[in-house]
Amino acid sequence: MDIFEKYRGLIARHDRMLEAAGDPFNVCMERLISPTEAIIDGKRTILFGTNNYLGLTFDPHCIEQSAAAVREQGTGTTGSRIANGTYKSHRDLETEIAGYLGKRTALVFSTGYQANLGTLVGLAGPDDIILIDADSHASIYDGCKLTGATVIRFRHNNPADLDKRLARIENKEQVKLVVVEGIYSMFGDMAPIAEFVDVKKRHGAFLMVDEAHSFGVSGDHGRGVAEAEGVEADVDFVVGTFSKSLGAIGGYAASDHPDFDTLRFVSRPYMFTASPSPATAASVRAALECMRDRPELRTRLWENARRIHQGLEALGFETCSPASPIIALRMSDEVAALTAWRRLLDHGIYVNLAVPPGTPNGVCLLRCSVSAAHSNAQIDEILRRFGEVASEILTVADAG
Amino acid sequence: MTSSPENHRDALTGKVAELLERYNKTGIAVTADTDLSADLDIDSVSAMDLIMEIEDHFDIDIPVNMAADIRKVGDLVAVVEQQLGG
Repeated sequence: MDIFEKYRGLIARHDRMLEAAGDPFNVCMERLISPTEAIIDGKRTILFGTNNYLGLTFDPHCIEQSAAAVREQGTGTTGSRIANGTYKSHRDLETEIAGYLGKRTALVFSTGYQANLGTLVGLAGPDDIILIDADSHASIYDGCKLTGATVIRFRHNNPADLDKRLARIENKEQVKLVVVEGIYSMFGDMAPIAEFVDVKKRHGAFLMVDEAHSFGVSGDHGRGVAEAEGVEADVDFVVGTFSKSLGAIGGYAASDHPDFDTLRFVSRPYMFTASPSPATAASVRAALECMRDRPELRTRLWENARRIHQGLEALGFETCSPASPIIALRMSDEVAALTAWRRLLDHGIYVNLAVPPGTPNGVCLLRCSVSAAHSNAQIDEILRRFGEVASEILTVADAG
Repeated sequence: MTSSPENHRDALTGKVAELLERYNKTGIAVTADTDLSADLDIDSVSAMDLIMEIEDHFDIDIPVNMAADIRKVGDLVAVVEQQLGG
């Protein structure tokens, strides 16, 4: 039997997509023009699905710091920190992240995916129980699998359901770790973190919050939904990414727990991978400065998000959550979603196609993400072009 | 329901089949041998949702680790039985 036999069904589904609309999961950005524009298929296209929330990817200060680091420290670290050593830039970045979050210790990881993997694997083992939100990101599911822990799902954003499940295992003496996200990547909805804090306290569980999509976005200082809800001190472990608001790549985990540094010698996704490049560490530090010193970026992001959310609803699109920098539009099925995605790209708008099993409840979505760098003129254009294709998209959706 | 294990399992299978009805789009007869993916076309994500409904109905937890091994309705019933007993 061929080694790819198990994927025949998926390959056929992918082929059908290719034939109908090109490859929605492998779009080539032939040239980047700015945080919000690229050349795709030879055409100038507005980027409306790249999680570039603060629009810092072309920030002159970030670029300059990054370029200086390449010149001074080289292109890469050529290995892991346990083998090749820690660069001072790693340590400086960890100190800054910890300081920014007001946590005792921070660790950096090479990607956001690894930040979740590495934190979960470092915290939980086969004798522990992890309770995760049903709509958790793949990195949380995969990280849980690596721990060997018993993994229980609770209903999405439902503290009462978590409470019920924790009550069922009340008598088990195992360590219990609850994992939620700040803003969920598909629908853009926010977790009621303060309520989750109440529940976890009642049951003596630990709480880990992944603020990947909310870092730089929520809270007065951009520290995430836990900051916005005033419960940061009750979050035992916070994880986040550098690849969204901070415009780079990598991730972090931070905690006040006195033993948190243990992860450095028990967490394999931290130990056995090349450490972040000096250029990355430098641009992340520069982006953190921007985030701290320019709160107007966050204000602008939310203004843009509210305006686009309202505009798309006015055009007749069905959104999946209140306004946030992630705006998911519900399509009736995969064909409708694919058609809509293609039409928008033809009209010079790049969004994400999101289909099962990558979406909650088997829904098909056009997933859009807003940037502080979207200008008023671009927003006008986005709404105008959505308007142009709306009748066709919505007819396809209704017919589906 | 009588106390014999066979009857108990039959009753559980019946209840699970009832909860599966929503997913049974082609209206096939659901037995312990019915394959969730091949026969009922339930994908991995829908299977997780189905398991959550079953957890709620029986007031049990079915950890993700156990769910990974469930292929047929009979496997599901066996897991429910085990969790009810535990």
